[in-house]
Amino acid sequence: MIPLYAAHMRQAVLTQFQYRAANYFYMIGMIAEPVVYLVVWSTIARAQGGSVDGLTPGDFAAYYIVWTLVRNMNIVLTPFAWEERIKDGMLAGQLMKPVHPIHEDLAGFMGWKIVVLLLWIPIAAVLVVLFRPTLNPTLLQGVVFSFAIWGAYLIRAIMQWSLGLITFWTTRVAAVFEAYYLSEMLLSGRVFPLVLMPKWFQTLTWYFPFRWSFSFPIVALTGPIKNRDLFIGLGMQVAWTLVSIGILYLVWPRAVRRFSSVGG
Amino acid sequence: MAIIEVEDLSKTFKVPVREQGLRASVRSLVHRETKEVTAVDAVSFTIDAGEVVGFLGPNGAGKTTTLKMLSGLLHPTGGRCRVLGLEPKGRPAELLRQITLVMGNRNQLQWDLPALDSFELNRAIYRLPRTEFVALRDELIALLDIGDLVTQPIRNLSLGERMKMEIAGALLHRPQVLFLDEPTIGLDITMQRRIRTFVADYNARYGASVILTSHYMADVQALCKRVIVIHHGRLVFDGDLTALSERFTTQRTITARLANGEEITIRALRADTASATTRLLADHDVVDLTIEDPPIDDVIEQVFADAHDTP
Repeated sequence: MIPLYAAHMRQAVLTQFQYRAANYFYMIGMIAEPVVYLVVWSTIARAQGGSVDGLTPGDFAAYYIVWTLVRNMNIVLTPFAWEERIKDGMLAGQLMKPVHPIHEDLAGFMGWKIVVLLLWIPIAAVLVVLFRPTLNPTLLQGVVFSFAIWGAYLIRAIMQWSLGLITFWTTRVAAVFEAYYLSEMLLSGRVFPLVLMPKWFQTLTWYFPFRWSFSFPIVALTGPIKNRDLFIGLGMQVAWTLVSIGILYLVWPRAVRRFSSVGG
Repeated sequence: MAIIEVEDLSKTFKVPVREQGLRASVRSLVHRETKEVTAVDAVSFTIDAGEVVGFLGPNGAGKTTTLKMLSGLLHPTGGRCRVLGLEPKGRPAELLRQITLVMGNRNQLQWDLPALDSFELNRAIYRLPRTEFVALRDELIALLDIGDLVTQPIRNLSLGERMKMEIAGALLHRPQVLFLDEPTIGLDITMQRRIRTFVADYNARYGASVILTSHYMADVQALCKRVIVIHHGRLVFDGDLTALSERFTTQRTITARLANGEEITIRALRADTASATTRLLADHDVVDLTIEDPPIDDVIEQVFADAHDTP
């Protein structure tokens, strides 16, 4: 499997380097969202005497700058891609290969991350100069973060891959996907740090995969977080990865059977 | 030895039916009507190792559906088929490593990268030893005469050049069975000829079995001794190509363009073509003349009509 992943990643890197300018503009466009959140929360913090629930403008800056990396790391195949993939025959080609098609997507997007990481560094440097984050992670936090961003990627990639399989049963899937994205937006820590939410809301986020594929890696690096919670977070990521694989394991054979009975 | 065994193979699809209009649209929300369409109807045949078989039929005859069932992409609703002793349904990896499906209008190579990079990916997918892979890759590049093209991004190549790359990429794992679905569609005559020559060479070198669908009679005539004709999903002819041509291509079409700009088209029996042409040249001031066999679809229609007439 390692040579296969290496080959797909190599292809993705070569392809994405062909589109480096487009990638750069895409990333610059993407930072607009966290910068808006950052400015709003920093303004509120200053208006409230320097902090919101203990988070200073420097803490918000750290949160949303790490946010930009995590967001880029967990970009995965959109469920909307499946309709086109079935229509243009790409799926038929993938099914003719003696390996599961998910490996192509997992490895391909992993390769893209390498390019994204290289392009992200200067953008992050500019954001650091502009917003002066308060970021003092311990060595353990740094190590956990380096695993957690890949855990986040795996959960989101496999979940959305499985979600996209609904396309095999109906073409009117946009509403389902939009509902999923809305839930993710609210429960992941994307719009606001979850620590600012009421206790019941924070508890609710434990029962969805979104917190573990977005908020957890950010907080793992920015803190405040206890060492115990770092390991619990990694454990939750492993659990949600297994759940995602389980869903995929259940749905994929049925989706292929459906494709094999109605054609593509 | 039979490499492909097909017995009473059938495939029916459930197709939604809805009349036009708002009322029908509202009714379909409550009760969705469907009808069954038979794409392949109890087709049986066997193909031996090394055989090249033309699979013919008009559009919608069931050719591609049959190929998709043989390659495991579609599950049959009736009958059975085996390829290399394995059931394609379920797409066992052991089978996928030994077959290939090339569809003339589908692109499987990386659009933005040179074909060499996609070939390298295929090496990883099929776990090919490097020396074996390089030897076969270079051989395919030489056979297809694509040495200058493999380093250019696929998007910069012409349709015919892309097709050659697709074929090379599809054969890197040295499949024993080739399903070629319209491999020359949309290509110019020269490119069609090159691809035909290549398929013949590959078949001769590796003894691979080939099922070829094509609307170009020239493809079939150049490559296939045997043809299978299906129409409305039913097998209506399975036999020697010469027998098919002699039996059904009894007429030829003679088209003459006259000096005054008019065009005359006549149909003559094959045996009378020379005399009919001589008469035409004697009676008119002809500036251009073409003599053609009927298109393959006409021949197939004739086969089908005869199949209906025969009790």
